[in-house]
Formats: sequence, C-alpha cells, structure tokens
Amino acid sequence: MRVAFWTLVTLLSHWRRRPANFAALFVGLAIATALWSGVQALNAHARDSYDRAASVFAGDGAQSLVPGGGGAVSQDVFVKLRLAGWKVSPALEGTLLVRGLPFQLIGIEPLSLPRGQQLGGLLGEDGFGAFFDPPGQTIAAPETLRDLRAQEGAAISLDGGRTLPPIKSSARSAPGVLVVDIGVAQALLGRPGQISRLILREPPAAGTPTLADVAGDALRFLPPGEEEADLRRLTESFHLNLTAFGLLAFLVGLFIVHAAFGLAFEQRLAMVRTMRAVGVSARTLVAAMVAELVLLALVAGGVGVAAGFQLASALLPNVAASLDALYGAQVAGRLALNGKWLLSGLGIALGGALIAAAGGLSKAFHLPVLAAAQPFAWRQAQQNFMRRRAFFALLAFAVALAAYFFGKGLYSGFATIAGLLFGAALLLPTLLAGALRLGEKAASAPLAQWFWADSQQQLPGLSLALTALMLALATNVGVGGMVEGFRQTFTHWLDERLAAEVYFEAAGAPQAQSIEAWLAMRPEVRAVLPAAKTMVRLAGWPTEIVGMTAHETYRSHFPLIAQSDDPWDLVKRGDGVLVSEQLAHRLDLALGSTLEIPVGSAIWRPKIVGVFPDYGNPKGQARIDIDALTRHWPDAPRTTYGLRVAPDAVAPLIAAMQAGFGAQIVRITDQAFVKKISMRIFEHTFAVTAALNTLTLIVSAIALLASLSTLSNMRIAQVAPVWALGVPRRRLAQLEFLRILLLTAATAVVALPLGLALSWCLVAVVNVQAFGWRLPFYLFPGQWAQILALALLTASLAAIAPILRLNRTTPAELTRVFANER
Amino acid sequence: MSAKWIGLFAFAALALLAPAASADGFAGLGGEAAGFEQATPGKPLVFPRDFGPHPGFRTEWWYLTANLTDDSGASYGVQWTLFRQARAPGIERPGWASQNIWMGHAAVTTATEHLFAETFARGGVGQAGVTAEPFRAWIDDWTFAADADAPGAGLSRLTISANGPGFRYAFDLAADKPVVRQGDQGFSLKSDDGRASYYFSQPFFRIDGVLVLHGRQVKLSGLAWMDREWSSQPLAATQKGWDWFSLHFSTGAKLMVFRLRDETGRDFRAGTWIGADGAQQALGRDDIVLTPLAPTPVSGRVVPVGWKLQVKSQGIDIETTPVNAASWMATSFPYWEGPIAFHGSHEGKGYLEMTGY
Repeated sequence: MRVAFWTLVTLLSHWRRRPANFAALFVGLAIATALWSGVQALNAHARDSYDRAASVFAGDGAQSLVPGGGGAVSQDVFVKLRLAGWKVSPALEGTLLVRGLPFQLIGIEPLSLPRGQQLGGLLGEDGFGAFFDPPGQTIAAPETLRDLRAQEGAAISLDGGRTLPPIKSSARSAPGVLVVDIGVAQALLGRPGQISRLILREPPAAGTPTLADVAGDALRFLPPGEEEADLRRLTESFHLNLTAFGLLAFLVGLFIVHAAFGLAFEQRLAMVRTMRAVGVSARTLVAAMVAELVLLALVAGGVGVAAGFQLASALLPNVAASLDALYGAQVAGRLALNGKWLLSGLGIALGGALIAAAGGLSKAFHLPVLAAAQPFAWRQAQQNFMRRRAFFALLAFAVALAAYFFGKGLYSGFATIAGLLFGAALLLPTLLAGALRLGEKAASAPLAQWFWADSQQQLPGLSLALTALMLALATNVGVGGMVEGFRQTFTHWLDERLAAEVYFEAAGAPQAQSIEAWLAMRPEVRAVLPAAKTMVRLAGWPTEIVGMTAHETYRSHFPLIAQSDDPWDLVKRGDGVLVSEQLAHRLDLALGSTLEIPVGSAIWRPKIVGVFPDYGNPKGQARIDIDALTRHWPDAPRTTYGLRVAPDAVAPLIAAMQAGFGAQIVRITDQAFVKKISMRIFEHTFAVTAALNTLTLIVSAIALLASLSTLSNMRIAQVAPVWALGVPRRRLAQLEFLRILLLTAATAVVALPLGLALSWCLVAVVNVQAFGWRLPFYLFPGQWAQILALALLTASLAAIAPILRLNRTTPAELTRVFANER
Repeated sequence: MSAKWIGLFAFAALALLAPAASADGFAGLGGEAAGFEQATPGKPLVFPRDFGPHPGFRTEWWYLTANLTDDSGASYGVQWTLFRQARAPGIERPGWASQNIWMGHAAVTTATEHLFAETFARGGVGQAGVTAEPFRAWIDDWTFAADADAPGAGLSRLTISANGPGFRYAFDLAADKPVVRQGDQGFSLKSDDGRASYYFSQPFFRIDGVLVLHGRQVKLSGLAWMDREWSSQPLAATQKGWDWFSLHFSTGAKLMVFRLRDETGRDFRAGTWIGADGAQQALGRDDIVLTPLAPTPVSGRVVPVGWKLQVKSQGIDIETTPVNAASWMATSFPYWEGPIAFHGSHEGKGYLEMTGY
C-alpha cells in the first residue's frame, strides 16, 4: 500500500515539472465534460419542461379541451360552453422573457377552476380577490423568484417593457411557471379575448349538449399523455442533433486527453523504467496510474460539469426560443442542478479519461523493464501502428458507406457521419506522414532533408492535436456550409412564400366578414387572400389542412419543389391538394397519388398535385382550396388573411384598419415584420449550433497549443545538434514555425473534403431524416478560405509561445544537451 | 332583511378566504363602501328597471325559494339565488377587468335529502349577468327569466332552472298580484345606526314544473317567493348572523320576519305582514318575538331548526318545524336554508334561513 502511495506521489510529481502538459490534460477533460454535460443539461431541462407543462393542468383527473386547429380560440367558446352547462375553466399559455430568460406564463380564471385542481390550490391563503383585483398577483414558485432575482411583492419588468403584477411566492407552483389572471395574461401576451385551453374536471351532466353541438370543431379533448408524447416526438430531432453535437465536442475533447496522456506517458518513460527497476511491480504501477487518472478525472470532470452548467445556462434562452418558435414547446426557467446529472457528468469524464488513457495504461503494464525509451524506437512503433490505423480507417469508411446505403432513419445518418469522421481521424496521421515522406524524397539540401525527417519524427506527438483540429475544421466547414445554405434557401423561400404585403387575423367569423367588406371598397387593396385552417392527424402525425385561394399571387410566387401540370387549376376545382415536403416524406407520398384525409367518419381522397417546401414546420401541412376546406370542415374559422397592397400603402392601411376595427383584429403585421420574426427564429435555432461549433474549434486550438508546448520541451535534444552544426537559433525558430503552418495547412486540406462530405450528409441525410425536408447542397469557397485562415491563425497562435521559447533558448542550455542526454 | 346578506358574507369570505374571520371582514368592507351609491329613504322603486342590476351599488341579489309538493303530497323545497358583488366602485370595466363577481346557489330539499350546488363567474365576459327588459338573470346554464311563451306578461310570468350534483329542475312561475315593497316603500332598514337596503318581494308566485332527482322525474307544484335586494352597506361589525322567515299562510296571507343577532345583545328585528289581497303592513321590533326551540347538531354545529314565532299585532303565535333538519348549505360560506311548515294560531309553510351558527 505504501509502495502504491509513493508510486502515485512520484507519478504526480511529473505534473509539477510539466504544468503545460497538465493543463492540456486538465483542460481537455474539463472541456469535453463541459460540452457533453451542458448539452445533456439542456436536453433534460427541456424534457422536464414538457412534462411539467402538461402536468400543470392535470391532477385530480382534470381533462383539457384544446383548440382543434392548434393555437388559440376566442373566449366566446368558453362562455358558450358554460352557458350550455359545461363546467370548464379557461386558460391561456405563452412564453415571456425576463432579462433574456424564458418563463412560461399561464393565465387562469380562479373562480371557475375546479376546487382542489392543481392551479386552483395556488390561490390558497389570500383568496381570489387579491389575485385578480388590480394590480393583481403573479404566483410563482420560490425558486422562480430566485431566478427572477425578485423579492415577494416586486413588480417584474418584462423584456419589451410590460410589467408583471406583484409577485407572490407559492410552494405549490411549478418552477419556471408564472401564474396570472387570464385577463392579465391576455394583455401581456397581446392576445385579447383568446384562450388556449379549457380545463374540465368532470364530464357534463346527462342532458347537457355535446361538445360538437356547442363548439363545433373549435375544440377537442386532449387525451391524457398526448401533449407530452407530441412534444417529445416533435422535438426529438432537435434534441438528437444537440446530442450529436455534444458527442462530437466530447470526442474532440477526448482527443486532447488522449494526446496529453500519451505525451505524459512518453515523458515519464524514464521515470517509469526507474521505478520498475527499483522494484515497483507493473500491477502497482498501473494501479497508481489509474488512481492518478481517477483523481484527475474527478477534479477536471467536476470543473467540467460546473462549466457545462454555465454553458447550458448561457445557451438556454436560445434553445427555449427555438423550441417555442419551432414546436410551441415551452421551456421555462433557470436550469436546476440535480445530483443525477452531476454524477453522470463525472461518470462520463471518468469513462472518457479511462478510454483515452487505455493505450498508455496498457503499454505501461506490458513495458519491459529495460525497454529503451528512444524517440526513434517510438517512431518505428508508430509506423507499425499507422498501418493498423489505415486498416481501421478503411473499416470506418466502409461502415459509413453501409450506413448510408442500407441504413434508414436519423441514427443511420449519424452513423454515416461518425464513420466518416472516425475514418478520417484515423487516416490523417498516415496521410500527413506520406506527404512528409514525399517532401523528404524531394529535398536535396541537408537542412531541408533534416526539416522533413524531423517533421516526421514530430508527427506522432502532434498527430492527435492535428486530428482534433481536422475534426473541428471539418465540422466547421460542414455545419457552416449547411447553415449558410439553409440561410440562403430560407431567405429565398420566405421571399416567395410571403408574397402578400399585409397579414391579419380577425377575432371571429362575423368580424372577418365585415373587415372583408370594408377591404373590398379600398382602392389600394389589390387582392384579399383569405385562409382557413383545421387540424387532422394523418398516420398519427398532427397535420394542418390549410385552405387558400388559387390566386395569381400564389400561382406566380408560391414555391413548389415538384408539381403536376396545372396544379393550381386542380386545387381550385377542389380535388387537388398540395402537400408539404415533410408530409410527403413521412407518409411516402408521390405526386399523382391521393392523400387520405379523415373528415368526420369518412375519408376524403384528393389528388396530390404539388409538393412545397415548408421549412421549420414540425407538423405536416396540406393545402387545398379554401371553399373545399369550408365544405369539408364547415366550422374551420375563416379569419386569417393576406392582402396584396402597393408597398407605400402598407403602413397607412394597417393604421386605418387598426383605427377602424380595434379589437376585431387580433393580429395585423406587414410582410417585413413576419420576415424579421422568421429570420430571428432561424438565427435562434442556429445560435446553439454556432456556439458549439466555435467551442469545438477553440478546444482543438487548445489541443494544438498543449501538444506544441509539450513537444517543445522535448525538442531541445533534437534541435541542439542542428544548432551545433551552425544553423542559427532564429533560422531554427523559423523552420519550426513553417513546419507547424505546413502541417496545419495539410490538415486543413484534408479537412475540406471531409467537411463537404459532412455538409452533404447533414443536408441530404440527417435533415431529411430529422425534419423531413432536404436542402440544396451549396459550396461556399469564401467560407473555406476563412476557415483555412482561421486554422493557420489558430496554429500560429498555438506555435508562437514554444517558438519564442526556442528563439530565446540560451546557447548554454543547448550545449547542456550533449552533457545531459536524455 | 333576507337571507341574501349572505352574499356579503360569502364575498367577504372570498376576499379573505379565512372563513373564521368572516365577521372581521366587515370592517374592511365597510371602509371600501365609499364610492358606491347608498340606500336612502324616499326613492321610489321603478319597474321593470329595478329587476335589472344596479351597478352603482356594491351588492345585490335575485332570490327565489319555493315550497312544493308532488302527487303523493310529499314536501319539497327549491332554492335559486344569484348574487352580484362589485369589488370596486365606478363604471364597470370591460372584459376580465370587470370588478363584478357573480355567485349562484341552487338547492333541492326533501324530507330525507338536501342537495345543493354553488357556482361563480366573473363579470364582463357574459358567463353571468342580468338584463331588466326582457328580464333575464343567468349564471352558466342556470336561468331565471321572463317566460318567452308569454310575451307581454312581464314579470308576472317567469321560468327558472338550475342543476347540480343529483338534481336538475325547471319550473314555470306565475303571479297575479303586484310586487311587495318591503320596509318603507322599498327602503329596508337593517340596523339602528341606519344601515339599509332597497328590498322588494313577489311572494305570490304559483310554481309548477319538473324536478329530476337522481335521474327520476318528479312533477311538482306549489308556492314560491322571490326577493330582490340591493345595497352598498354591509352589516355592522357586531351583527354576527341572522334568522329569516318567509311564510305562506293557508289563508293566502304572507309574512316576512327577520332578526339580526347582535353581539351587544340588542337584536334588530323587522318584518312585513301581507294580506291575501296584497295589502301590507310593516312590523316593528317590539311587535316580533322569536324564540329558538330545537337546538340540533347539524354539520358539526348546533342550529335551532325549530322556532316559536309571535307577531302580537296580528295575533300570530306559531311553531315551525323543518321539512329536513339537515338543510345545510355547505357552500363557501355555509348556512342553514330549507323549507319549513308551521302550526299553532295559523297554519302554512315557508322558508327559513339561519346564518352565523
């Protein structure tokens, strides 16, 4: 035991002498853990939020009625149901931001809430009056008050200028949820007269009119669990993408750990040999090394988990905004630390460290006591290993190809990418070594020959860092290309899709009619394009059926990616349907076949005459003629409109409509605003991607820096003889710098095709599997130049310190090499 | 006085939601009464306007009790009540911001059962309300309204309906005499320090219709009594509860009597004697003697479900017995309310409400 202890102490003493190596190991492990656990925290928090959102209204067997077409309905439906004997209570849900942090706002009506129902219980101590008498109350859990940094009774300002009613703490409230009176919620969310849910505790008494008799199609019962299931299904791809990114970042981090531990092993060979020679058994030695690793993994993992928590907290607002905008999923509140997540973070750090160090540990166990620890011998061994690596690389590529050709689903898409990345990572050192050998053969001058040979000698020490860099660069090329391509496609698509200049929604059908009549008399309105919507389930998938007019505007603008002859005439006749790309993909629909849409107890089978892109919509969508929609779904509200207006008449028309119709218009916006919002959602969605992308690049830069600074300590032995032969230190430093740039450039050259392959996989495989739409594959040479420049800059920065050190190495130090051979 | 002061209690209870503190709530409510209209003597009631709401006043109610019998002669009681309470003075704010709260109580009593229901609604959105012309009072699917089948009959022909766990009823009401203005031409004093309300009744309704009790239809008919009252002044803080009677005499005469129990020991008593021809006579404090007779445990309290009632000026000396001693309304503010029968110098039936026990 004492031997083991002193062995551990001796091993640890190494780090004191090699702080840079230690930093690389520590930082690599911490960052890997941080990126992985940060992503896990985001995913877990989001999933918790879905369950909580659904459970807020559950309890005591309460049921929910939700708008049949999704979204919200007029509160008149609530009144109608109450007057018909349905004991329903209205609620309105939405998301609010406070200092960038999202919170779920729930508006309730306490008097009609069933007693003992979860939300009803919140009001307990001081009753209904204080809750809804001005200024009202905001009820929130104590932890939510802490998140808001608010004292009891404080009036919180929202991002955007409005103010919440004074806050009141209630231990019975769910975290991240702010409960206010329904009237307050309607005002705060800008949805006057609207409700998003009705809560019903008991079925109505016998003799009460049925739901359909009172509310038509406006509402439907929400089966228990459907809400969570839908949210989980819709958001699954999003979370899977996040997980894949986290995993990639983790792997890059592990490369650093592997590199740092490998180098440490090399540097400690002499020490290890000595310890073995003085009688420390291989078993004790490996046990001490494992103990060292565990210690390190726990400390670095702990730091990593803490950093991951910070990272996730920083990314949360963007994730929440994306989830809300894309899926209507509400992710609220601050992240909560929980023990399970903490332990799993430490576990992954430990597991990752052991995997990354397994090679070194196994070598230490099998190391012959008298093995010579000569750099050249190591190189020989590496060459053998490289051949094996090349074999494994080919295997990985084969797996990637197999996954692409034979696999189906999102996981096979990721398997393709993983195979590509893994194969390239294994192959990179071999490729670089080959290139260096070619250089050596081409060189004739002695210094040049030395340069190439010495570069090969250095390669094993650098190859892991270069591999990490290559992965980061390839990811940047691939993801950058995908995002930029998506941005171009999306912008173009928005321009086409948003052809009308003004969009508005009327509060109800009678209001819509009177507004339509008014618009008909306005000379500046060139066309009125009504739309109506209902919701159905096709093969279990929520799908919007949108009714539109086959107006010239759509004929000339509405983007279609596939169409039969005269699709708009067929749509206008009422027997043609346009389906979204994701609907066609998911239901395997072909142009010319029929779509089966349940209408009541019958099935309607319109012919598919076109496929249109519908980026960002997690639900399916089918578009039919609005009159056909009204025939099949007489209760679908015909309340949304697009208006064709001359550009300079937009603002005056909106002002005139707002002044003339007031609350009869629920929402009115111009085209520019809708585009701005859509682009903002787009940016939110990719903000997380961009952040993880950048972090991955930073991690690889750290890896390179760590490898270079560790290597530079070992370089003196090789550089000193060259110096002794008359090459000045300045020249040597220049050569060192050149070598790094050359290796980095070569790495970037390998990274580029890999990145393009990755980009292609993302747009053509992963995107189609995850979201059901395919993006055009674009090439962005400008972006590649940027990434190459970034790589060289990264390498230069990483190389600068070791090279300065070499430049400053005194002749005395260099000569000492000859007296103090390693 | 009528049972309807319960509205104040109920809303006070809502405001504080600490039922034990109900009486203390009146001081606070009294302070807030500023800004509301006050009941003053000498203002004539106007119909049908006064069937409708009085938004300037803080609280008001529409109230009906009925004594009914089935074909076999078994006694039933039915109650229907709608309260309005304004939580702040001033013009009603639109939508959910409305300061009005509505509360409905409905009950059915038989010799063996007492079923009741309670429901609340916010003003401003249409879930509850009252219109004067045509008269219609509603909360959820409970309605009390002019009979659509008898146009022009005004307030003499009404329909009423409500439902709750185990019961559902719908009745037609018809009266052949005008309404009775309680107190001084409808100005009804409630305490020695001048607290008062406007109060009128229609005690001459004949009622018939169908009660569905646990799914079984029962045809019922009998007599009903409607009260309308509005005010802004809560009770005095020392007034802890009341006992209130509305009685149908077998002769066709009617009697309303109440007693407000005061902590100081000086109860406030008043009433109105209404002859079978509709002629009415106000009854003073000393004319009325009320003696509790049958202290009975009900729902964890002791409530005098039987009374000796004397009105000296009319030679009335009767004893009342409940149709069902357990006529307990376990609502937000609980109280005893149920049908009774009386014997002695006179015979008849009626309704009794007791609060604060």
